[in-house]
Amino acid sequence: MRLTRSGGFFLLLGLLTAGVALAVTDASSRLALGARRIAANRALVRAYDLTDPCLFTDARYTRHPSLADRHSPFQDYPLALEHFPTGSLSMPPSHLAAGGWAHAADGNAAGTSARGR
Amino acid sequence: MIPPGVRRHARIIGYVLPSLARRWRKNTAVVVVYGLVIFLLASVVFLSQSLTGESLAGLAREPEIIVQKLSAGRHELIPVGALPSVTRIVGVRSGRARLWAYYTDPATRETLALVVPDTPRLDAGQMLAGPEFLRRRSLSVGDVVHLKTHTGASLALTVAGAIAPATALESAALLHVSAPAFRDLVGIADGLAMDLVLRVRNARELPTIATKITQALPDARPIIRGELVRTYKSVFSWRSGVIIGVLLVPVLAFIIFAWDKAAGLGVEERREIGILKAVGWETGDVILMKCYEAGVVSLAAFALGTALAVASLAVPRSPIIVPALTGWSTLYPSFMPTATVGAYQVATLFCLTVFPYLVATVIPAWRAATIDPDMVMRGS
Repeated sequence: MRLTRSGGFFLLLGLLTAGVALAVTDASSRLALGARRIAANRALVRAYDLTDPCLFTDARYTRHPSLADRHSPFQDYPLALEHFPTGSLSMPPSHLAAGGWAHAADGNAAGTSARGR
Repeated sequence: MIPPGVRRHARIIGYVLPSLARRWRKNTAVVVVYGLVIFLLASVVFLSQSLTGESLAGLAREPEIIVQKLSAGRHELIPVGALPSVTRIVGVRSGRARLWAYYTDPATRETLALVVPDTPRLDAGQMLAGPEFLRRRSLSVGDVVHLKTHTGASLALTVAGAIAPATALESAALLHVSAPAFRDLVGIADGLAMDLVLRVRNARELPTIATKITQALPDARPIIRGELVRTYKSVFSWRSGVIIGVLLVPVLAFIIFAWDKAAGLGVEERREIGILKAVGWETGDVILMKCYEAGVVSLAAFALGTALAVASLAVPRSPIIVPALTGWSTLYPSFMPTATVGAYQVATLFCLTVFPYLVATVIPAWRAATIDPDMVMRGS
């Protein structure tokens, strides 16, 4: 039997759909395995009081963003520009960004300023 | 007397310009889209160049060697008493213990730098600030600024003048204060400093001196200025390379768009070429005309894109590209880096953007030029 063009198209579509179904089945069979690994990681995080998943390893402030401060990215000299490669891939966390919550957590941050003549 | 070759080119250009003007809607759309693509690329190139210039200008004021104490791998305050052990190293011209720290502006949450200058000596209640800092807060000489000390008390400082800044960042974020005021504000005890700085006469001795510093102070790290210069140059080219890599997607999309536009000639354009050939234009003349069309469009877009990119340098902290290039330096007050647009950058940009467009349009132009006028006249 000769395959028509539309038949070929639907055959390809069927094959791709079957591929997607296989991928979904495979992923769901791995879920249980993943859940075991996540549970083990959770236990590890609790045991060692870990703060952040370590996405980048080059700079201290991108390695542990939750513990980042306003000094370490610019520590080489006054008004140094931040210069680690991952500094542009991982932006400052919200507690350091303007209007963040770390008003009190930041060493010199607490307070207000006013001016007068 | 104009040579005939030049006259031919001049006449073809004379024909191209009104021809482009007749289809102004389509051509304007192409110039705008093409210009935006060039604007994005040019912004990355110019901004990374400007930021490199900015960091090098800031570094130029720094001494040849900075010595920082480390504790558990972290920067730690260094005892002032450690200074003689490094200044006595042969080759060190002078040295001093430096007092500086970052201070978060409570009003804006921006990171400012408090520095105790060597000269001039400031009175305890005085401060100097960068001109941009004073302008943004509408402060002038004689005004009083209240800052919170490390204990939470308020410290009143009188603006005694403006600093002559070396960089735009210094202008926006640098405050000079006296040593007592500094210690009050950040809580660094007497006898401790942020780092030691050394002036060295002979640059070739720097590695030897650095080795001797680590022998004299095993828990300290010497930072050589030249190494920082190299770091800044490489980090900004790395970051701009990554962004340009990402931007290649719209560039490729545009090249495909340009190819498609040039390949899919409309009925009117086919008729125009047919008529031109019927009245005696050679295939070469038509190709030349199409090349000039592409040239005019790409030059207009190049001028538009580069002009927008240069203008965008004057917009502090524009949301496009700046955070990706500056990284965590966005914690500083917004500053406009001094625009440094070099001929090399413009030439590179020209080759990266104009040539692909010309190539993408010249092959369809050749196809168009070989149209048989007879067939076009018959409307087939």
